[in-house]
Amino acid sequence: MSTAPASNDVEPEVLEEEEEEGGGGNPRRCAACKYLRRRCGHGCVLAPYFPASRPRRYANVHRVFGASNVARLLQSLPVEERAQAAETMAMEAQWRVGDPVYGCAGVINRLQEEILATQCELARTRAQLAIVVAHGAQQAPPSAAPPPAHSPLPAGGHRVAGMQRQGEQQDVPPDGPFIDPEEFLDLDGF
Amino acid sequence: VAFMAGGSPCASCKLLRRRCTKDCIFAPFFPADDPHKFAIVHKVFGASNVSKMLLELPVQQRGDAVSSLVYEANARVRDPVYGCVGAISFLQNQVSQLQMQLAVAQAEILCIQMQQRDGCRSQDDAGRSDGHSLAAMQQMVGQQDHLKRESLWT
Repeated sequence: MSTAPASNDVEPEVLEEEEEEGGGGNPRRCAACKYLRRRCGHGCVLAPYFPASRPRRYANVHRVFGASNVARLLQSLPVEERAQAAETMAMEAQWRVGDPVYGCAGVINRLQEEILATQCELARTRAQLAIVVAHGAQQAPPSAAPPPAHSPLPAGGHRVAGMQRQGEQQDVPPDGPFIDPEEFLDLDGF
Repeated sequence: VAFMAGGSPCASCKLLRRRCTKDCIFAPFFPADDPHKFAIVHKVFGASNVSKMLLELPVQQRGDAVSSLVYEANARVRDPVYGCVGAISFLQNQVSQLQMQLAVAQAEILCIQMQQRDGCRSQDDAGRSDGHSLAAMQQMVGQQDHLKRESLWT
Protein backbone atom coordinates (compact mmCIF):
# COMPACT_ATOMS: atom_id res chain seq x y z
CA MET A 1 0.00 0.00 0.00
CA SER A 2 1.39 3.38 -0.86
CA THR A 3 -0.60 5.40 1.64
CA ALA A 4 0.88 5.39 5.14
CA PRO A 5 -0.17 8.26 7.35
CA ALA A 6 2.04 9.09 10.28
CA SER A 7 1.14 7.48 13.54
CA ASN A 8 2.34 9.44 16.51
CA ASP A 9 -0.03 8.45 19.26
CA VAL A 10 1.73 5.58 21.03
CA GLU A 11 0.78 5.36 24.65
CA PRO A 12 3.87 6.49 26.60
CA GLU A 13 3.57 3.67 29.11
CA VAL A 14 4.16 1.13 26.36
CA LEU A 15 7.59 2.50 25.54
CA GLU A 16 8.43 3.08 29.20
CA GLU A 17 7.47 -0.45 30.04
CA GLU A 18 9.88 -1.78 27.49
CA GLU A 19 12.73 0.23 28.93
CA GLU A 20 11.96 -0.80 32.52
CA GLU A 21 11.76 -4.46 31.67
CA GLY A 22 15.07 -5.64 32.98
CA GLY A 23 14.94 -9.02 34.60
CA GLY A 24 11.44 -8.88 36.12
CA GLY A 25 9.15 -9.13 33.08
CA ASN A 26 8.74 -11.93 30.59
CA PRO A 27 10.88 -10.95 27.59
CA ARG A 28 8.70 -13.12 25.35
CA ARG A 29 5.45 -11.21 25.89
CA CYS A 30 3.73 -10.12 22.73
CA ALA A 31 3.00 -6.47 22.06
CA ALA A 32 -0.62 -6.90 23.10
CA CYS A 33 0.17 -8.46 26.48
CA LYS A 34 2.89 -5.91 27.11
CA TYR A 35 0.42 -3.14 26.37
CA LEU A 36 -2.21 -4.74 28.59
CA ARG A 37 0.37 -5.57 31.27
CA ARG A 38 -0.63 -9.17 31.52
CA ARG A 39 1.01 -12.51 31.29
CA CYS A 40 1.42 -13.79 27.77
CA GLY A 41 0.56 -17.45 27.84
CA HIS A 42 1.17 -20.06 25.18
CA GLY A 43 -2.43 -19.81 24.07
CA CYS A 44 -2.39 -16.04 23.51
CA VAL A 45 -4.49 -15.42 20.38
CA LEU A 46 -2.79 -12.16 19.55
CA ALA A 47 0.84 -13.19 20.08
CA PRO A 48 1.50 -14.61 16.57
CA TYR A 49 0.28 -11.40 14.91
CA PHE A 50 1.45 -8.64 17.20
CA PRO A 51 5.12 -9.19 17.98
CA ALA A 52 6.83 -7.24 20.76
CA SER A 53 9.11 -5.65 18.18
CA ARG A 54 6.22 -3.52 16.86
CA PRO A 55 4.55 -1.93 19.88
CA ARG A 56 3.10 1.03 17.99
CA ARG A 57 1.29 -1.26 15.60
CA TYR A 58 -0.60 -2.92 18.41
CA ALA A 59 -1.17 0.37 20.22
CA ASN A 60 -3.00 1.70 17.15
CA VAL A 61 -5.11 -1.44 16.82
CA HIS A 62 -5.96 -1.35 20.50
CA ARG A 63 -6.93 2.28 20.31
CA VAL A 64 -9.24 1.84 17.32
CA PHE A 65 -10.66 -1.66 17.69
CA GLY A 66 -9.98 -2.63 21.30
CA ALA A 67 -8.29 -5.80 22.52
CA SER A 68 -11.40 -7.92 22.93
CA ASN A 69 -12.78 -7.02 19.50
CA VAL A 70 -9.49 -7.87 17.83
CA ALA A 71 -9.22 -11.19 19.65
CA ARG A 72 -12.85 -12.05 18.93
CA LEU A 73 -12.52 -11.25 15.25
CA LEU A 74 -9.32 -13.26 14.86
CA GLN A 75 -10.77 -16.21 16.71
CA SER A 76 -13.78 -16.22 14.41
CA LEU A 77 -11.51 -16.77 11.40
CA PRO A 78 -9.68 -19.87 10.17
CA VAL A 79 -6.09 -19.90 11.40
CA GLU A 80 -4.68 -19.43 7.89
CA GLU A 81 -6.55 -16.15 7.46
CA ARG A 82 -5.73 -14.57 10.80
CA ALA A 83 -2.38 -13.08 9.83
CA GLN A 84 -3.92 -11.24 6.88
CA ALA A 85 -6.82 -10.04 9.01
CA ALA A 86 -4.45 -8.74 11.69
CA GLU A 87 -2.42 -6.94 9.06
CA THR A 88 -5.43 -5.23 7.47
CA MET A 89 -6.73 -4.22 10.89
CA ALA A 90 -3.34 -2.72 11.68
CA MET A 91 -3.46 -0.78 8.40
CA GLU A 92 -6.97 0.51 9.03
CA ALA A 93 -6.01 1.49 12.57
CA GLN A 94 -2.99 3.39 11.28
CA TRP A 95 -5.12 5.28 8.79
CA ARG A 96 -7.69 6.09 11.48
CA VAL A 97 -5.02 7.37 13.86
CA GLY A 98 -3.57 9.50 11.05
CA ASP A 99 -6.99 10.83 10.03
CA PRO A 100 -9.40 10.59 12.98
CA VAL A 101 -12.37 11.94 10.98
CA TYR A 102 -12.26 9.87 7.80
CA GLY A 103 -9.77 7.03 8.37
CA CYS A 104 -9.52 4.64 5.44
CA ALA A 105 -12.73 6.08 3.96
CA GLY A 106 -10.63 9.16 3.23
CA VAL A 107 -8.08 7.02 1.40
CA ILE A 108 -10.86 5.47 -0.69
CA ASN A 109 -12.27 8.89 -1.48
CA ARG A 110 -8.90 10.23 -2.62
CA LEU A 111 -8.29 7.16 -4.81
CA GLN A 112 -11.71 7.53 -6.45
CA GLU A 113 -10.96 11.17 -7.21
CA GLU A 114 -7.61 10.20 -8.67
CA ILE A 115 -9.29 7.59 -10.88
CA LEU A 116 -11.77 10.15 -12.21
CA ALA A 117 -9.03 12.67 -12.92
CA THR A 118 -6.86 10.09 -14.69
CA GLN A 119 -9.82 8.86 -16.75
CA CYS A 120 -10.47 12.43 -17.89
CA GLU A 121 -6.86 12.95 -18.81
CA LEU A 122 -6.79 9.65 -20.66
CA ALA A 123 -9.88 10.58 -22.67
CA ARG A 124 -8.33 13.95 -23.48
CA THR A 125 -5.05 12.34 -24.55
CA ARG A 126 -6.78 9.79 -26.74
CA ALA A 127 -8.78 12.54 -28.43
CA GLN A 128 -5.54 14.41 -29.04
CA LEU A 129 -4.04 11.24 -30.46
CA ALA A 130 -6.92 10.88 -32.90
CA ILE A 131 -6.40 14.46 -34.05
CA VAL A 132 -2.66 13.93 -34.51
CA VAL A 133 -3.28 10.79 -36.51
CA ALA A 134 -5.87 12.47 -38.70
CA HIS A 135 -3.58 15.43 -39.19
CA GLY A 136 -0.78 13.11 -40.22
CA ALA A 137 -2.97 11.38 -42.76
CA GLN A 138 -3.90 14.71 -44.33
CA GLN A 139 -0.28 15.84 -44.46
CA ALA A 140 0.86 12.72 -46.38
CA PRO A 141 2.16 13.44 -49.93
CA PRO A 142 -0.59 13.10 -52.63
CA SER A 143 1.31 10.44 -54.58
CA ALA A 144 1.78 8.19 -51.54
CA ALA A 145 -0.26 5.04 -51.33
CA PRO A 146 -1.83 4.10 -48.00
CA PRO A 147 0.72 2.23 -45.91
CA PRO A 148 -0.02 -1.36 -44.83
CA ALA A 149 -0.93 -1.72 -41.14
CA HIS A 150 1.93 -2.51 -38.66
CA SER A 151 4.63 -3.20 -41.17
CA PRO A 152 7.99 -1.90 -39.91
CA LEU A 153 10.77 -0.94 -42.28
CA PRO A 154 13.15 -3.74 -43.23
CA ALA A 155 16.86 -3.33 -42.52
CA GLY A 156 17.64 -1.85 -45.91
CA GLY A 157 15.62 1.24 -45.20
CA HIS A 158 13.15 0.80 -48.03
CA ARG A 159 10.09 -1.32 -48.62
CA VAL A 160 9.55 -3.87 -51.29
CA ALA A 161 5.83 -3.09 -51.14
CA GLY A 162 6.57 0.53 -52.03
CA MET A 163 8.30 -0.55 -55.25
CA GLN A 164 5.29 -2.59 -56.15
CA ARG A 165 3.05 0.39 -55.67
CA GLN A 166 5.01 2.61 -58.02
CA GLY A 167 2.80 1.65 -60.85
CA GLU A 168 -0.35 2.43 -58.87
CA GLN A 169 0.19 6.11 -58.18
CA GLN A 170 -2.58 7.23 -60.50
CA ASP A 171 -5.12 5.28 -58.41
CA VAL A 172 -4.45 7.36 -55.27
CA PRO A 173 -6.88 10.27 -54.81
CA PRO A 174 -5.27 13.70 -55.40
CA ASP A 175 -6.01 14.99 -51.87
CA GLY A 176 -3.99 12.22 -50.25
CA PRO A 177 -4.94 8.93 -48.67
CA PHE A 178 -6.79 8.80 -45.35
CA ILE A 179 -5.77 6.52 -42.52
CA ASP A 180 -7.14 3.05 -42.83
CA PRO A 181 -10.21 2.72 -40.51
CA GLU A 182 -8.99 -0.60 -39.11
CA GLU A 183 -5.64 1.00 -38.30
CA PHE A 184 -7.31 3.98 -36.67
CA LEU A 185 -9.50 1.80 -34.46
CA ASP A 186 -6.53 -0.34 -33.51
CA LEU A 187 -4.68 2.62 -32.02
CA ASP A 188 -6.72 2.14 -28.83
CA GLY A 189 -5.80 -1.44 -28.31
CA PHE A 190 -3.11 -2.16 -25.73
CA VAL B 1 -32.10 14.85 17.51
CA ALA B 2 -32.35 11.24 18.62
CA PHE B 3 -33.16 11.97 22.26
CA MET B 4 -36.87 12.65 22.09
CA ALA B 5 -38.86 14.74 24.50
CA GLY B 6 -40.59 11.67 25.85
CA GLY B 7 -37.28 10.27 27.11
CA SER B 8 -36.87 7.62 24.43
CA PRO B 9 -33.28 6.40 24.41
CA CYS B 10 -31.08 6.54 21.33
CA ALA B 11 -30.03 3.35 19.56
CA SER B 12 -26.74 3.24 21.47
CA CYS B 13 -28.29 3.51 24.90
CA LYS B 14 -30.96 0.99 23.95
CA LEU B 15 -28.34 -1.52 22.94
CA LEU B 16 -26.15 -0.76 25.93
CA ARG B 17 -29.19 -0.74 28.21
CA ARG B 18 -28.44 2.46 29.92
CA ARG B 19 -30.16 5.74 30.54
CA CYS B 20 -29.90 8.11 27.62
CA THR B 21 -29.08 11.53 29.01
CA LYS B 22 -29.32 14.81 27.18
CA ASP B 23 -25.52 14.87 26.96
CA CYS B 24 -25.29 11.44 25.38
CA ILE B 25 -22.48 11.58 22.87
CA PHE B 26 -24.10 9.02 20.60
CA ALA B 27 -27.63 10.39 20.52
CA PRO B 28 -27.14 12.94 17.67
CA PHE B 29 -25.74 10.27 15.37
CA PHE B 30 -27.49 7.03 16.25
CA PRO B 31 -31.25 7.55 16.21
CA ALA B 32 -33.52 4.90 17.72
CA ASP B 33 -35.10 4.13 14.36
CA ASP B 34 -31.83 2.74 12.98
CA PRO B 35 -30.53 0.24 15.53
CA HIS B 36 -28.38 -1.59 12.99
CA LYS B 37 -26.13 1.44 12.51
CA PHE B 38 -24.90 1.50 16.09
CA ALA B 39 -24.94 -2.28 16.41
CA ILE B 40 -22.42 -2.71 13.62
CA VAL B 41 -20.14 0.06 14.88
CA HIS B 42 -20.25 -1.39 18.38
CA LYS B 43 -19.49 -4.86 17.06
CA VAL B 44 -16.35 -3.77 15.22
CA PHE B 45 -14.98 -0.90 17.29
CA GLY B 46 -16.74 -1.06 20.63
CA ALA B 47 -18.85 1.65 22.20
CA SER B 48 -16.13 2.98 24.49
CA ASN B 49 -13.62 3.33 21.61
CA VAL B 50 -16.20 5.15 19.49
CA SER B 51 -17.03 7.42 22.41
CA LYS B 52 -13.34 8.26 22.96
CA MET B 53 -12.83 8.93 19.26
CA LEU B 54 -15.83 11.26 19.08
CA LEU B 55 -14.85 13.12 22.24
CA GLU B 56 -11.44 13.89 20.74
CA LEU B 57 -13.03 15.59 17.74
CA PRO B 58 -14.63 19.01 17.33
CA VAL B 59 -18.43 18.78 17.33
CA GLN B 60 -18.74 19.77 13.68
CA GLN B 61 -16.54 16.85 12.57
CA ARG B 62 -18.27 14.14 14.55
CA GLY B 63 -20.97 13.49 11.97
CA ASP B 64 -18.41 12.72 9.27
CA ALA B 65 -16.42 10.58 11.67
CA VAL B 66 -19.51 8.51 12.49
CA SER B 67 -20.28 8.08 8.79
CA SER B 68 -16.78 6.85 8.06
CA LEU B 69 -16.82 4.52 11.07
CA VAL B 70 -20.13 3.03 9.93
CA TYR B 71 -18.69 2.57 6.43
CA GLU B 72 -15.57 0.91 7.79
CA ALA B 73 -17.53 -1.31 10.15
CA ASN B 74 -19.82 -2.47 7.35
CA ALA B 75 -16.80 -3.29 5.20
CA ARG B 76 -15.20 -5.27 8.00
CA VAL B 77 -18.37 -7.27 8.68
CA ARG B 78 -18.81 -8.02 4.96
CA ASP B 79 -15.17 -9.04 4.62
CA PRO B 80 -13.66 -9.97 8.02
CA VAL B 81 -10.21 -10.62 6.54
CA TYR B 82 -9.66 -7.56 4.36
CA GLY B 83 -12.26 -4.98 5.44
CA CYS B 84 -11.76 -1.67 3.62
CA VAL B 85 -8.25 -2.66 2.58
CA GLY B 86 -9.69 -4.91 -0.12
CA ALA B 87 -11.40 -1.96 -1.79
CA ILE B 88 -8.29 0.19 -1.42
CA SER B 89 -6.14 -2.46 -3.06
CA PHE B 90 -8.58 -2.73 -5.96
CA LEU B 91 -8.68 1.03 -6.46
CA GLN B 92 -4.89 1.34 -6.35
CA ASN B 93 -4.65 -1.27 -9.11
CA GLN B 94 -7.14 0.72 -11.15
CA VAL B 95 -5.06 3.86 -10.72
CA SER B 96 -1.91 2.04 -11.85
CA GLN B 97 -3.61 0.62 -14.94
CA LEU B 98 -5.04 3.99 -15.94
CA GLN B 99 -1.68 5.69 -15.47
CA MET B 100 -0.06 3.06 -17.68
CA GLN B 101 -2.69 3.55 -20.40
CA LEU B 102 -2.13 7.29 -20.18
CA ALA B 103 1.62 6.89 -20.56
CA VAL B 104 1.14 4.67 -23.61
CA ALA B 105 -1.22 7.14 -25.27
CA GLN B 106 1.18 10.02 -24.59
CA ALA B 107 4.08 8.03 -26.02
CA GLU B 108 2.02 7.24 -29.09
CA ILE B 109 1.41 10.94 -29.70
CA LEU B 110 5.11 11.70 -29.41
CA CYS B 111 5.95 8.86 -31.76
CA ILE B 112 3.51 10.04 -34.42
CA GLN B 113 4.59 13.66 -34.09
CA MET B 114 8.21 12.64 -34.60
CA GLN B 115 7.21 10.59 -37.60
CA GLN B 116 5.36 13.55 -39.08
CA ARG B 117 8.32 15.86 -38.51
CA ASP B 118 10.60 13.43 -40.26
CA GLY B 119 8.08 12.96 -43.05
CA CYS B 120 8.05 16.74 -43.68
CA ARG B 121 11.84 16.93 -43.72
CA SER B 122 12.23 14.21 -46.33
CA GLN B 123 9.09 15.02 -48.31
CA ASP B 124 10.98 16.23 -51.36
CA ASP B 125 12.73 12.91 -51.69
CA ALA B 126 9.41 11.23 -50.83
CA GLY B 127 11.11 9.25 -48.10
CA ARG B 128 8.38 7.10 -46.79
CA SER B 129 7.79 6.78 -43.10
CA ASP B 130 5.87 3.76 -42.16
CA GLY B 131 4.80 1.70 -39.25
CA HIS B 132 3.59 2.72 -35.85
CA SER B 133 6.27 1.23 -33.69
CA LEU B 134 8.88 3.37 -32.01
CA ALA B 135 11.62 0.95 -33.08
CA ALA B 136 10.67 1.32 -36.72
CA MET B 137 10.59 5.07 -36.39
CA GLN B 138 14.00 5.18 -34.74
CA GLN B 139 15.39 2.95 -37.46
CA MET B 140 14.01 5.28 -40.07
CA VAL B 141 15.45 8.35 -38.37
CA GLY B 142 18.84 6.70 -38.19
CA GLN B 143 18.82 5.78 -41.83
CA GLN B 144 17.39 8.99 -43.26
CA ASP B 145 20.42 9.65 -45.48
CA HIS B 146 20.20 6.16 -46.84
CA LEU B 147 16.55 6.75 -47.70
CA LYS B 148 17.44 9.84 -49.65
CA ARG B 149 19.86 7.90 -51.76
CA GLU B 150 17.51 5.03 -52.41
CA SER B 151 14.29 6.92 -52.92
CA LEU B 152 11.38 5.11 -54.44
CA TRP B 153 9.95 8.20 -55.98
CA THR B 154 12.71 9.60 -58.15
